[in-house]
Amino acid sequence: MSAASGIEHLLRELAPQVLGAVVRRFGDFAAAEDAVQEALLAVATQWPLEGLPDNPRGWLIHVAARRMTDALRSDIARREREALLTRQEWPFLDPSALETETEGGADDTLALLFMCCHPALTPASAIALTLRAVGGLTTTEIAEAFLVPEATMAKRITRAKQSIKDSGVPFEMPGAGERAERLASVLHVLYLVFNEGYTTSGGAELHRADLSNEAIRLTRAVRALLPDDTEVAGLLALMLLTDARRPARAGTDGELIPLKEQDRSLWNRAAIVEGVALVSAALSKGTIGPYQLQAAIAAVHDEAARAEDTDWPQILALYGLLLRMSDNPMVALNHAIATAMVEGPRAGLDRLDALDADGRIAGHRRLHAVRAHLLELAGEASAAIEHYLVAAGKTDSLPERNYLMTQAARLREERG
Amino acid sequence: MKYMLMMHAPKEGWTTAGIGTWPPKDIQAHIDFMMKLNGKLQESGEFVRAEGLAGPEEAKSVRARKDGTPDTDGPFAESKEFLAGFWIVDVESTKRAYEIAAIASAAPGKGGVPLNMPIEVRQVMSAPCADV
Repeated sequence: MSAASGIEHLLRELAPQVLGAVVRRFGDFAAAEDAVQEALLAVATQWPLEGLPDNPRGWLIHVAARRMTDALRSDIARREREALLTRQEWPFLDPSALETETEGGADDTLALLFMCCHPALTPASAIALTLRAVGGLTTTEIAEAFLVPEATMAKRITRAKQSIKDSGVPFEMPGAGERAERLASVLHVLYLVFNEGYTTSGGAELHRADLSNEAIRLTRAVRALLPDDTEVAGLLALMLLTDARRPARAGTDGELIPLKEQDRSLWNRAAIVEGVALVSAALSKGTIGPYQLQAAIAAVHDEAARAEDTDWPQILALYGLLLRMSDNPMVALNHAIATAMVEGPRAGLDRLDALDADGRIAGHRRLHAVRAHLLELAGEASAAIEHYLVAAGKTDSLPERNYLMTQAARLREERG
Repeated sequence: MKYMLMMHAPKEGWTTAGIGTWPPKDIQAHIDFMMKLNGKLQESGEFVRAEGLAGPEEAKSVRARKDGTPDTDGPFAESKEFLAGFWIVDVESTKRAYEIAAIASAAPGKGGVPLNMPIEVRQVMSAPCADV
């Protein structure tokens, strides 16, 4: 690691801790964020000249708090001039109390995550704010990742901060009763960031590794803070086990390659080993949750040397558990696929028929795509072609549309 | 989710009743309305892009000849509508895309009367789902 990238790494780790400390002290999230940004900028001009400070975190907190107090003082002075207010005492204007703190860095990062992923925010706002405040990405980087203009992303972040202010979300660790629910919001946001990177909203090209890597990095950080939480471990495992297939997921022209046709020698072995170890350890602890089950399913896929070696009965059992835990039609759809692989396509199609009555998924492109696939397995080419094409007409993804249309075309050709 | 909102203007009467024939204050009100809408979309963090297109008078349809060179045709007098401009917005839901389209549709026309133009709403292709 070069000195520059070492410092960059250090700053990304410290930034949320510093922000957390300043928010905890001063309360004003938006102003604190500005102050921390200025402190980070000061690093670039001062550290190369003065060398790395003995306590970089303390240095950053000191500079940020100084900016914060300067801003507050000028604010107070302005108000005094304007309204001739009587002088109030502002005990926290002394930054020296802050910079001597050595405890609390990890908790501050976690408290910041809980704040940024608060359920009062829309997912898009929570994602943007988390990447900015906790991930340390610049507004430009986030805007590029989501393919929107920088000004739009800047507004989105500003509005997210304002929503936090308006909703009165406190900067603190949630109490024991609320904690599980709030942690679920954090994990959901991290999962969305991962998915955004894994699938990309870019249309034509398939991968945007940066967001996935960022989600994995942040989830690793959460795991370091909550090492005993089995769902945090489950989510990290799920990300690693899914990301491991990235190199095989698309062809040279960006076309989708389904799991069963992927070149498994391209899969990332190290990520699979780590993911399997994580999920195995989590499951053995006893508190089973949806992320662990999804990770376990991903692990079964990843451990099969060839597609035909896949332990489908195991996957079916895991989807059965997942279905009992969450009433989710997408899970039911995957359960139907696993049923077809174990008991034959007819049994899977029967399950799909039952889903037609579920308003949440009836007519959904995924239902058509899966039905097309199972009809093909059942030897009903004409009906399969029809459903592949309906699914192709409904999808909002270009690579997926290309894949579905190609499937239909291949079947037509085979039928002659 | 990103959507393209395409504003179609009637071709018929374009030269006799189109925006170029309105009184100046009505044209200004129409332009102000569009600027304000873009400003609101920027403010709400939903704006991706907006463009107005030049008038249909110079519109051409291009096809490749056998040798690959462009064969231009048009403008076409017979088409009923033309694309006047478009927005790309990044929104939380389809419903929100429709709301924005309805606002744009009611842009003021001659005498400040809402135009109620047809706005075609199309989703921009995005990511495939994670598990194929």
